[in-house]
Amino acid sequence: MANELQKVFTRSPLLGTDTHSLCPGCGEPTAIRVLMENVEEMEERENAICVLGIGCYTAFASLMEVDCQQAMHGRAPAQATGVKRVLPDRLVFTLQGDGDMVTEGIQEIIHAAARGEKITAICLNNATFGETGGHMTATSVVGQKSKSTLDGRDPDVHGHPIRLPEMLRDLDGVAYVARGTVHTPVGAKKTKKLLRAALETQRRGLGFSLVEILTMCPTGWFVPTADGPRFQEENILPVFGVGELKRPAEL
Amino acid sequence: MAKSIGTVDILVDSCKGCELCIPVCPPKVLVMSKAVNAIGFRYPELRDGCTGCELCAEICPDYCFEVFRGRAAEAGEVSA
Amino acid sequence: MTNPTRAFLEGGHALAEAAIQAGCRFYCGYPMTPSTEVLEYMARRMPEVGGVCVNVEAELEGINMVWGATGAGVRSMIASTTNGMALMQESLSEMVVGRIPAVIVNMGRGQGDYFMCTRGGGHGSNRCIVLAPWTAQEAVGTAYRAFYLAEKWRHPVMIFGDFILSHTSETVTFGAPADATGPLPEKDWATDGARGRAPRLLTSLGMKIPEAPDGTPLPDGQTRTDVTAPMRMAVRRHEAIAAEEVRVESEGLDDAELVVTAFGVPARFARYAAKLAREDGMKIGFVRPYTLVPFPEGRFREVAARGVPIAVFENNAGQMVQDVRLAVEGRTPVHFIGGISMDSSGFGVGPEIDALHILQRLREVYAARSAA
Repeated sequence: MANELQKVFTRSPLLGTDTHSLCPGCGEPTAIRVLMENVEEMEERENAICVLGIGCYTAFASLMEVDCQQAMHGRAPAQATGVKRVLPDRLVFTLQGDGDMVTEGIQEIIHAAARGEKITAICLNNATFGETGGHMTATSVVGQKSKSTLDGRDPDVHGHPIRLPEMLRDLDGVAYVARGTVHTPVGAKKTKKLLRAALETQRRGLGFSLVEILTMCPTGWFVPTADGPRFQEENILPVFGVGELKRPAEL
Repeated sequence: MAKSIGTVDILVDSCKGCELCIPVCPPKVLVMSKAVNAIGFRYPELRDGCTGCELCAEICPDYCFEVFRGRAAEAGEVSA
Repeated sequence: MTNPTRAFLEGGHALAEAAIQAGCRFYCGYPMTPSTEVLEYMARRMPEVGGVCVNVEAELEGINMVWGATGAGVRSMIASTTNGMALMQESLSEMVVGRIPAVIVNMGRGQGDYFMCTRGGGHGSNRCIVLAPWTAQEAVGTAYRAFYLAEKWRHPVMIFGDFILSHTSETVTFGAPADATGPLPEKDWATDGARGRAPRLLTSLGMKIPEAPDGTPLPDGQTRTDVTAPMRMAVRRHEAIAAEEVRVESEGLDDAELVVTAFGVPARFARYAAKLAREDGMKIGFVRPYTLVPFPEGRFREVAARGVPIAVFENNAGQMVQDVRLAVEGRTPVHFIGGISMDSSGFGVGPEIDALHILQRLREVYAARSAA
């Protein structure tokens, strides 16, 4: 009916009602929002168990209206394995950062992927240690300035960034791999679809699934919040391509 | 084709003033306030012309937007 | 295979079978002598009872799988050895704070892991409950007791054995000991999906703490974040466990002029040496701590109050001897008569694990007792 306005967007009830403590312009709350919208729309609230690593996003364990376990830095894929193996009908996903999954915990994620654990691993990749205030991670791009790479990441000294989804793609246990970005509204919408496909891969028992989500960290990039999207496009996206890398035929 | 019209409720006191919503708004009807909210940040204010497209809500890290949308009255239709 | 009631088994196998009969349904391990036997047994037996056994890629992953499975409400266990235990320490420390009632078995190479097992090993002020069985039969009872105590206190429990315990075959009877039966608290913390209930958060970080620092509940629905709250709650739990769960065995203390103490399988050698010494006319008593945490300080204080010296035998460079000295607070001499004693492989029986050797050391200390 004309002029009758319908509410078309509101905060997911699975995100609680409290405010969160993450910095202005952070991409993580957006990534977590589209994740929880998926859980809600898939009607998996009572079936979902989230295992969180250690990073800024860990604070969301207090907001997310699903069962949550907090893991040690880097170990969430192993912990989620323990959960999924004893409760195989639950929807089990990890929430980790690049520092957690790629830097500290690369062994756990590689073995979980190789075992074909029927979990969904979610990496919020902002290419920096945001929580400590901007230090180099294994995904920091060449030339990126941080508090531990003052003149920019130099491959001769600090090595090269790791593209984890591309590394994992060829493992037989891996069913679904994708990378999304949430620095634009369209990117957030597309990322939501990637997460849906990954969770659906798990729900159908097709194998291991992983979505890396590029999230802005203006604090750790040392740029004004409004410049976050520009920094992401100029520095991060050329290194980390967005899209599906592997998708099961059954999906 | 009826024109989409809409509005947003802005939860001003959740805003941290990141300004990400300002450039993504297609009709450019969000402007930053001069005043600050309860936690000291400037926040977006809505001007006339919102289409309810949800892009501000999609980009907002602090879940500040609730979006409402409908269709404008067709020519000849009497609006209430 | 149906559950055996009586069997002739290596200690490691016996412990594994007892864990299964105690309800353990998730096990993971990384092969390492002498804990490998637990993994081998579980790999065959877990599928028979509908459980899960994972040959994990690293102890670091294993302990966190056990964290996850335990957190999901399922009795879970991991066994490892010495170096593998060292790899687990960060998670173990945090599992005390996060109240993850898992069972962890250290079949050590010798007893050099006493500090690691009893000090928490990792960061913080945290200690697991640590049980040290000395026979295969006691290892069986310990498996039931470990799960029972873990859930009673919602606190991780470690079983500390060695290569002799793991590799020696003895006849065992299965069944829960009397002190490991009875009702346990409901697992109202398990994160198994929020079905018809509010979501739960299992964390060691003090998020969503439902009580104020002094322990009083917060008003309805209010929660707070206080990283130190779970640490302080762990300290209170340590004290309560120490008050209630000390288990220690002793013999011949009434007329003893020297007391020998040891834990685990080496205590069998020490006890026999004390018996031989008695036959030689030496009045030697014997104390065996079964709970290393909580440590039976009271028993040693009683010995010290009578001015009786204590000789500590252990298969390491002198670790439990420190706890004995702390317990007696200088009131009586405490002699270390142990030492690192393994064969050249690092996990076989060395020459000092021998009652006659211990007897000789006891003679020396006994002779010197009045001089001291």
